[in-house]
Amino acid sequence: MKQSEFLNLVMPVKDKLYRLAKRLLVSAEEAEDATQEILMKLWDRKQHIGNYHNIEAFAMTMTKNFCLDRLKSRQSSNLKLVHSNYADESASLQREVEIKDSLGWVEKIMEELPEQQKMVLQLRDVEEYDFEEIGELLNMNPGTVRVTLSRARKTVREKLIEKHSYGIG
Amino acid sequence: MELDKIEKMLEKYFEATSSVAEEQALREYFARQEVAPHLQQYGPMFGYFSAAKNERFTGEVPLKTRKNYTKWLSVAAVAVLVFGIYFGKQYQEQQQAQYAYHQTKEALRLLAVNLDRGTEKVAYLNEFETTKQKIYNND
Repeated sequence: MKQSEFLNLVMPVKDKLYRLAKRLLVSAEEAEDATQEILMKLWDRKQHIGNYHNIEAFAMTMTKNFCLDRLKSRQSSNLKLVHSNYADESASLQREVEIKDSLGWVEKIMEELPEQQKMVLQLRDVEEYDFEEIGELLNMNPGTVRVTLSRARKTVREKLIEKHSYGIG
Repeated sequence: MELDKIEKMLEKYFEATSSVAEEQALREYFARQEVAPHLQQYGPMFGYFSAAKNERFTGEVPLKTRKNYTKWLSVAAVAVLVFGIYFGKQYQEQQQAQYAYHQTKEALRLLAVNLDRGTEKVAYLNEFETTKQKIYNND
């Protein structure tokens, strides 16, 4: 496989990999490192890529496993990262500042979710995967995906309403 | 879009029984200005998901350097090897020639020394000859 062919395959996927990595690792820098690592691994295995029927699903699974491993080792070494990078939200509304604040809340709320719920929410509401795809990626059956997703969405709603009724950021 | 339709979709959304298309419609609805007041609390959620979709990986795709590095490394290694063998051989030949030259010179020197010794002896012979002639002439 030539480099340009590989890039054509990988380019549409790399942002998704990065977003998933960032969802799990939170820090943008770490997510970037993880994405590069995954891309390099994919490149090393380029001869076999033809065999994987769906490179996107394959790359996403690799990213998931890689990030979960990172989190595990981070936990065991008791390292806590402090970060303060919240994405550039480009909502073009007049209440932009207010909304920017509340978008930040959602991100924070999502950080507190268990990993499984985080991933399901990310894959469904951001990447718009269907339940079968998510189930395949996370080794869950589609029914469990649905329950997990519902739980995650409800948790976000509850916490958001909590903040909303306090009326402070 | 009618409000009760949105409300129904929201309900399905939180039970996770809505389709991808319905969720898309919800995000579009909340991206607009005129959101019903009692639904505004959900706005940030859908707004955030829409925004999160636009996040991009800005790092480099680290393929080029790695690949070219190994490629050029082998080329360089082969070049060094070829030059090494070529110049090494030349040097070796030069050394051999020099060695042969020194050996020959040494041999010639030895020859010259012995020859000198030979001529010294011959000088005695000459002396003997002249003395002999003298004796013959005196007789």
